[in-house]
Amino acid sequence: MIEFGHLAAFLALAASLAQGVLGLTGARALAGRAAVVAFAVMALSFATLLVAFAQSDFSLALAANNSHTLKPMIYKLAGVWGNHEGSMALWCLVTLGFGAAGALWMRTGRDVFEARALGVQGWLAAGALSYLLFASSPYLRLDPAPLQGAGLNPVLQDVALASHPPMLYLGYVGFSFVFALAAAGLIDGRIDRVWAKEARRWALAAFIPLTIGIALGSYWAYYELGWGGWWFWDPVENASLMPWLIGAALLHSVVVTEKRGSFAAWTALLAVLAFLFSIMGAFLVRSGVLTSVHAFAVDPKRGMLLLGGLVVYGGLALGLFALRAPKLEGGKPWQMLSREGALATNNVVLVVAALTVLLGTLFPLIAEATGRTISVGEPYFRLTFVPMLAVLLAVLPVVQAWTWGKADLSGVWKWAAGGVGLVAVFLLLGVSVWDIPLGAAFGLALALWLIFGALWEVRRRAVTLARVFRLPLRVWGMTLAHVGLGVFIMGAVVETTQRYEATLALPAGGSGTVAGWNITLNDVHAIEGPNWYADKAVLTARKGSIKAEMAPTKRYYPASRMPTTETAIHKTAAGDLYIALGDRRDVDGETRWVFRVYFNPLIDFVYLGVALMALGAFFSLVPTRRRRTA
Amino acid sequence: MRARTRRLWTFAVAAALLLAAATLAFVALRQNANLFYTPEVLAENGIPEIGKDVKVGGWVAPGSLAYPGDGSEIVFTVIDNSPATITVSFTGIAPDLFREGQGVVAIGSFDADGKFTARQLLAKHDENYQPRELKPLGAGPAASAS
Repeated sequence: MIEFGHLAAFLALAASLAQGVLGLTGARALAGRAAVVAFAVMALSFATLLVAFAQSDFSLALAANNSHTLKPMIYKLAGVWGNHEGSMALWCLVTLGFGAAGALWMRTGRDVFEARALGVQGWLAAGALSYLLFASSPYLRLDPAPLQGAGLNPVLQDVALASHPPMLYLGYVGFSFVFALAAAGLIDGRIDRVWAKEARRWALAAFIPLTIGIALGSYWAYYELGWGGWWFWDPVENASLMPWLIGAALLHSVVVTEKRGSFAAWTALLAVLAFLFSIMGAFLVRSGVLTSVHAFAVDPKRGMLLLGGLVVYGGLALGLFALRAPKLEGGKPWQMLSREGALATNNVVLVVAALTVLLGTLFPLIAEATGRTISVGEPYFRLTFVPMLAVLLAVLPVVQAWTWGKADLSGVWKWAAGGVGLVAVFLLLGVSVWDIPLGAAFGLALALWLIFGALWEVRRRAVTLARVFRLPLRVWGMTLAHVGLGVFIMGAVVETTQRYEATLALPAGGSGTVAGWNITLNDVHAIEGPNWYADKAVLTARKGSIKAEMAPTKRYYPASRMPTTETAIHKTAAGDLYIALGDRRDVDGETRWVFRVYFNPLIDFVYLGVALMALGAFFSLVPTRRRRTA
Repeated sequence: MRARTRRLWTFAVAAALLLAAATLAFVALRQNANLFYTPEVLAENGIPEIGKDVKVGGWVAPGSLAYPGDGSEIVFTVIDNSPATITVSFTGIAPDLFREGQGVVAIGSFDADGKFTARQLLAKHDENYQPRELKPLGAGPAASAS
């Protein structure tokens, strides 16, 4: 079976090479067929891996190292991509999938352009497949086959985390097709409105799963790691944030190219960068050059190959860009104070924000080259990233109403007065009533400002109530995304500044008080699951008339000799009461259990906000029907 | 002419933003880049500024783990291949793979007595993973900890 899958992967490589050659020579139909064939055989190949994992075929080295007969079926399957080799196979599959989807659904009416895009995608796939087959093959056999597998890393045995890598890869690799479109457009010398219309759809198709994938990873870290937080500015997290920021910039810039023909070169550059940042993310995560709390077992040699790929593809694309960008046609004229100017500012801020994240992420490497070992933590990102985001959001509601070409500035003073007034009110309230830091009050004002601005924009566009429901889906998409951003900021500000945490060491029957909650430990007993056993603490949390039973557990997975934390979360309207069980400690002859108790206010707003952003992007992707002329 | 003015403006705005970002980044890095101390480095260079965030790393000395209070605080000794040691105090749940003899990286600050109060112990997700800063040591507890 696996040999068949191995062979199929070679066939996929051959087909993607054919796709690459045929595509670049301009044969649209043939390249399209090659793309579909390549995807189909790679899907078969991936299926053989899935089958081997499902059947616990431990003669497959990958299954032996990452699976176990006692694992539930879903984690047996997720085990395929819960490791380096398997995740690279997934990367290849998704690359070919986007190629095939492109072959079937591109609609520009430009055959040669589409063929070239497929061709570039073919070469990207060929690179990924070569890396898979020659540097990290998931198809290797073990002889003799072990009787039992080593098990998937237990912290990864979780529904959110099982779906996190496929989502993230759909996003990362989705940008490969945007990259291919940009390269084809640059070869053509045409980055125009037709190009932008096509590129926008694919950029959204990548951006949506990337957003969901990041949120899933963050949500998993929140409830599984037991640290109470949802974002740690860790290199592995930053590696996914950077392509997201570039992608967000791209989505705003490609609209200008689509509607006005302007920003052609800049949009093409962002389209190239989004994918380059994605490869860099894979490099940072897989090479182990950076210290990460989410570190995976790593291999420097593979890191070098990924870096090589980044340099080759990046060099070619940027070289092509340098050759063609000066010759691209400009769009309609515009002044600085216009919708174009506003979106240009949006782009500069988003890209600079991505660069500060890059600097903070790579700085430990730079410092190491000079002989010092340092790390860069959350305070750096708070000082650099957050103010930039604040500038961006503060102007958004004002400039949203600006028209293309030249803005009507007559209403700006009202907006400025409104904004300053809102901030002043919040600062006053923050200091006198809520007793929160100034920054938090400012952040809350900003979030509300953003939500208000997004809704006001709907009102402005619709004019009358009846027409609100006939606005194009794209407008709703934008509104949802901006409201989502506001909701996210509200949650992020409140959660990070008002989080309350404490450590309790309780004997059975003991109790303690955290954030107004009285927490009593009733009992700790042992329980067993399919491939783990656990200590389960049963606690009662009381606040006023609210009473909640909470049962944080600590699991031990004998197959991998590792414990994991299963937190208990009690949701209230104001936030999550969150309890993680720590270790058992014998203090003065008495057995005590350690608990980390958090109150995370408005944490759901963080995820709700991100979900709204993804939903907004989805609405923007749905093709608009031609409106009947009224 | 118009296009040129506009381009100038765009560049000016972009340059201003970049400059502001660079300044912010520079200041933030100066203040917030955490230096990394092993017991040996600490013995050579002395204690860093009191209260400043730094990282320490080494191996948890076997037999050094103690609970001086009600059990919520743990105190342990970090060693490396040198005779020097660092005493670390941490309140909270230690990472799942934290045990005596294991490599550990802690973030926190020193007090005047040279005692280190950690606000975070770095966890590993993976049994095979070693913090990069901890070069595997030839002798001592390091050998048993991989």
